[in-house]
Amino acid sequence: MDYFLTENQMMIKELARQIADQRIMPVRAELDEKEEFPWEIIKVLADSDLMGLCYPEEYGGLGGGTFENCLAVEEISRACIGVSVCYAGSGLGAYPILLFGSEEHKKKYIPDIAGGRKLAAFGLTEANAGSDASGIQTTAVLDENEYIINGTKQWITGGGEAEIYTVIVMTDKTRGSRGASALIVEKGTPGFTFGKKEKKMGIRASATTELIFSNCRVPKENLIGREGMGFVVAMRVLDRTRPGIGAQAIGLCQGALDAAVSYARERRQFGKPIISFQAVQHILADMATQTEAARALVYSACRFIDSGAKDISKVSAMAKVFSSDVAMKVTVDAVQVLGGYGYMRDYPVEKMMRDAKILQIYEGTNQIQRNVIGQELIKEYAGKKEKK
Amino acid sequence: MNIVVCIKQVPETTSVKINKDTNTLMREGVKSIINPFDMYAIEEGLRIKEKFGGRVSAVSMGPPQAEEALREAVSYGVDDAFLLSDRAFAGADTLATSRTLSKGIKKIGDFNLIICGKQAIDGDTAQVGPGIAEKLDIPFVAFVRKIREIGNRSIKVERMMDDGYDVMEITLPSLITVVKEINEPRMPSLRGKMKSKSIDIPTWGLADLEIGEDKVGLKGSATQVIKVFTPKRGGRREMLEGSVETQVGLLINRLNDLKVV
Repeated sequence: MDYFLTENQMMIKELARQIADQRIMPVRAELDEKEEFPWEIIKVLADSDLMGLCYPEEYGGLGGGTFENCLAVEEISRACIGVSVCYAGSGLGAYPILLFGSEEHKKKYIPDIAGGRKLAAFGLTEANAGSDASGIQTTAVLDENEYIINGTKQWITGGGEAEIYTVIVMTDKTRGSRGASALIVEKGTPGFTFGKKEKKMGIRASATTELIFSNCRVPKENLIGREGMGFVVAMRVLDRTRPGIGAQAIGLCQGALDAAVSYARERRQFGKPIISFQAVQHILADMATQTEAARALVYSACRFIDSGAKDISKVSAMAKVFSSDVAMKVTVDAVQVLGGYGYMRDYPVEKMMRDAKILQIYEGTNQIQRNVIGQELIKEYAGKKEKK
Repeated sequence: MNIVVCIKQVPETTSVKINKDTNTLMREGVKSIINPFDMYAIEEGLRIKEKFGGRVSAVSMGPPQAEEALREAVSYGVDDAFLLSDRAFAGADTLATSRTLSKGIKKIGDFNLIICGKQAIDGDTAQVGPGIAEKLDIPFVAFVRKIREIGNRSIKVERMMDDGYDVMEITLPSLITVVKEINEPRMPSLRGKMKSKSIDIPTWGLADLEIGEDKVGLKGSATQVIKVFTPKRGGRREMLEGSVETQVGLLINRLNDLKVV
C-alpha cells in the first residue's frame, strides 16, 4: 500500500531496511541464542544517522518526529524486535529530557544520544509498581544541592548498557503519584549499580536489568521539570512512545508474513505447494489484512502526534493495543503455517512468536491501554453531553 | 589527503541471465549496482579521509545512467562526483577507458591517491586501474589488501599474492587497486542519502577532456572482443636445474627454441 510518505521518509525506510537485511537478519538467531546486546548493530545504526531521527537538528538530530522514528523501528523489527527495542529504548530514555528537560539538559545529553554515542534508558517499573505507578518506592531526598536516591528499579530496558538514565522517584511519599519526580542519573555515579540481567522468553538480544540506588547522589540540577511532575512526565512520554511499540508490532508482523508466505510457496504436500490450498490461503489472508490494518492505524497515530495534537493518549494507546494483539496472533499463525518446521529453532518464526508476547505487556499492558482508551471515551462523551 | 575513487556501474550478476543464442548478457530489466570491488575502494578512501582529512571524489565513465552509481557513492560519504559520458566514449576497451579516466582525474585537480577496485565483475580484466596509473605516469600497486601507513611522500601497502603478501612502498601521488580483504564497506548514512539526492554531478564529455576522438571509445581501442570463452588449462611444465647461471643459460636456449623471444 502507498502511504504517501515523503521523500525523506522513504529514504529512512529504505536505509533501515537495508541495514535490517544485511546486518541484522544474518545474526538475529545468534543474538537470541547468546542473549547478546547488539552493540555492533547499534554502531551501524548510529553511523547511518538513524539514532538521531526524532531529535531537533540544533541538538544534533535529524529533525524528524514520531513517524520518522517509527518507520525505522518498523523496518528493524521486521528482522528482530530484540534489536529494535535496544534502538527504540534509547528514545524512551531520552524523551523525558526532550519533552520536559531544561535547555541545559538538552544541550548536555541529547547530542550524544542523537549521535548514538550514548544510549539512554527509562526507569519507571519496580517490583511493586508496574501498572500502578503510584506504588513507586524508590525515594530521592534533597540534601542541600544534591538528591540522595535509594531504591531499586526493575526490568529496565537497556540497563547496564545505557549511559544516561531517566528515573521516576518519589520525592514526597505523602502525595502519592503527585509526589513523584523525574531525575537524570548517569552510569558511573557512585551508589548506582546494576542488578541481575533477566533471562527472558523473547527479545533476548536486549538487556533488561535492575537499577540499584544506594545513597546515590546526583546534583539537584538533574531534576527534570519540577518536583511532583514525575508522573505527568512518565505519562506524557509514554503517550509519545506507544506508537513505537505499534511500529515494532507491524514490523514483526511483516517479518512473520514474509516468512510464512515464502514457506507456503515452497512447501509441497499432496503434490502441490501448500499455498495453493485455501485453508492455508485464508490464514495468510487474515495475517496480511490484520497487518495492513495495524500499519494504517500506527501510521495515522504517528501523523496525528506529529501534527502537534494534544489529545493523543487514546489514539496512541489504540495504536499500541491493536497492533500488539495482531502481532501475537500473526506470529502464532506463522508458526502454524510452517507446521513442525515452525516449531523448530532452525526457522525464524518460533522466535517471532516468543518475541511478540512482550508487545502486549511492556510500556503498559494491553489491559492498561484499554483503561486509557476507556477513560478517554468517558471524558469525550461527558464533554459532548455538556455541549448539548 | 585528496583521494579519487574510480567506480563502475555494473549489472547485478546474481540477477543476470545469458542469451543462449548470442552468449551475451541480457541486461534488460537487470538492476545496476556499483561494482562490488569499487565499494571497498570507496570505503578505503573514506577511512583515509576520516584519519587524515581532505576530500574523496568519485569518478565514473559510462552512459548517463551511471550517474546513479555516483549518487550512491555520495550516500556513503563521498564529497563530490564526476561523470565522464559521451557517445564517443562508447565501446571503449581498457586502454581507451584508462585514457579517458586519466584525463577526467587530471581535470578534477590535485590528488594524492587514486583508489580503484581490483577489477569489475562484468569485464574482469583488472587492467583499467594500472592503465590509469600508466597514463598519468604515477606508480601503482594492484591487489592491495592492507594499507600499512601513509606518510607525506609515500604509502606502504600489502599486496595480496596467491601464497602470501608483498609489502611495498611507493611514492605519492600514486594509485592502488584494492581487494575485498581490505575492509568491510559501511552502510550509507541518512545525511549522505539526502546529499546524494541534491548534489550537482558534472558530466564531462569529449570536448571537456582535451582528448582526441581517435583516443577514446571504440576508435581509441587497441583490442576488440571477438569471442568469450573459458580457456583450457593446458601447457607443459619443465623444471630447470643447476646454479642460477646454468638455469639462466638453459632458459634462454629453451625460449629461443620455442621462438618466443
